[in-house]
Amino acid sequence: MSLRKPPLRDAHAAEGASFTEFGGWDMPVEFDSIKPEHRAVRESAGIFDVSHMGEIELSGPDAARLLQRLTTNDVTNLGPGDSQYSMITDEEGTILDDTVVYRYPDEEDADFLFVPNAGHGEEMYDRWVDHRDEWDLDAEVTNATDEYAMFAVQGPDAPDLVADAADGRVTDLSKFEAKFVDFAGVECWTARTGYTGEDGFELLVPVESAETVWDLFDCQSCGLGARDTLRMEYAFLLSGQDFDPEDNPRNPYEAGTSFTVKLDTEFVGRDALEQVFEEGPDEEFVGVKLIDRGVARHGHEITDTDGDTIGEVTSGTMSPTLGEPIALGYVPTEYAEVGTKVRVVVRGQSKKAKIANTPFLSE
Amino acid sequence: MSFEIPDDRKYLESHEWADDDEGTVRVGISDFAQDELGDVVFVELPGEGDAVTHDEEFGVVESIKAVSDLYSPVSGTVTAVNDALTDQPELVNEDPFGDGWMLEVELDDDSGLDELLSAEEYREQVE
Repeated sequence: MSLRKPPLRDAHAAEGASFTEFGGWDMPVEFDSIKPEHRAVRESAGIFDVSHMGEIELSGPDAARLLQRLTTNDVTNLGPGDSQYSMITDEEGTILDDTVVYRYPDEEDADFLFVPNAGHGEEMYDRWVDHRDEWDLDAEVTNATDEYAMFAVQGPDAPDLVADAADGRVTDLSKFEAKFVDFAGVECWTARTGYTGEDGFELLVPVESAETVWDLFDCQSCGLGARDTLRMEYAFLLSGQDFDPEDNPRNPYEAGTSFTVKLDTEFVGRDALEQVFEEGPDEEFVGVKLIDRGVARHGHEITDTDGDTIGEVTSGTMSPTLGEPIALGYVPTEYAEVGTKVRVVVRGQSKKAKIANTPFLSE
Repeated sequence: MSFEIPDDRKYLESHEWADDDEGTVRVGISDFAQDELGDVVFVELPGEGDAVTHDEEFGVVESIKAVSDLYSPVSGTVTAVNDALTDQPELVNEDPFGDGWMLEVELDDDSGLDELLSAEEYREQVE
């Protein structure tokens, strides 16, 4: 299978980026190296090409109803230009993907947009179309992934950078608000959202104008490597890794995203999740810090102090900001309290570790 | 991109170098290897007195994004370990052929030293 290319694949290559396969896409993983890219986002600003994210647009009289029934959050809370983080769950309440749902301004052709993760666009398009037909709803579903590049400008200096590049105000947007903004004559859906823990914006850019808009931002170009270390410091979930319907099935109560679950709405998975809510989850998504030297990574076993397996690390790295290793994973709730002593098996060696506060960085 | 490949070293295909000083050999990883790894954050090395074997694992180097086994270019006994890498693993990136060295090894008789690549042969492999 050939990899899908983001529109600026060749421009990034010319800039010296190295690439990796992610969700079926050939994406820039590093422009310089992870440390300086990570630091730029924490201290000033960086720009990411996240065109591998999917875009599905909905319109028609039943668009809101369809979204409501396929996502866990309450779509009726969204006014024009609002967005919300949400889970897409199956009948068992297992998370299929996490997403951000946006409501477009009333005068637009499309009414809603949601952004599934890389490689989930087709699957979610099919899911929406199948359920629309099954429920006999009047809504048009469009997979617009190929029509947009998506860029994230993130960091404490991002508001100034984006404001300077925009023809019009952007800093009036609050967190999770969005609107169309003109950048050098290019209308971009611009949201005050991100995946780094920093202030910043995400822009949906018509694919033919990708280079024009990318070049407006004079800041560090960042790859998926830094995006991963930045999100881990804030304990943000990575779809397909910190949860995965096949390899690591999790519900929102385990994954720490129950704030997106509105049990007073009707959606696929609601009844199963109500039961989890009443009984409490068996396991929890926690932070783990090693006390012994070493770096815990995805797939490493978590054991109790007797060496009995209790869970697994789903994400782990050396935190560039803290200069110490950090990890995320699932343990039974009785081990989830911060400070609980555990072990992580790193390449056959049992390392002392403890459950740690998340996010690892305090805001 | 061109990488530093000093002529006075010998190389293993897996990108470790050996610097022979009359039977005692310094070991590290090449400029190419550190660039491929990216920011090195952790190095796990054997202790003094441990034995290492030509073309077999002797430790691990981790960057932020990857974990990679280290293979010994030579067989022998470890006589010194670069303790500076404990607190400054970034030395492997900054000076892979100098301050980023990893081990000193006293060679066995059958050390494998003669089987290593010359700088020229290694350059062909990398380029």
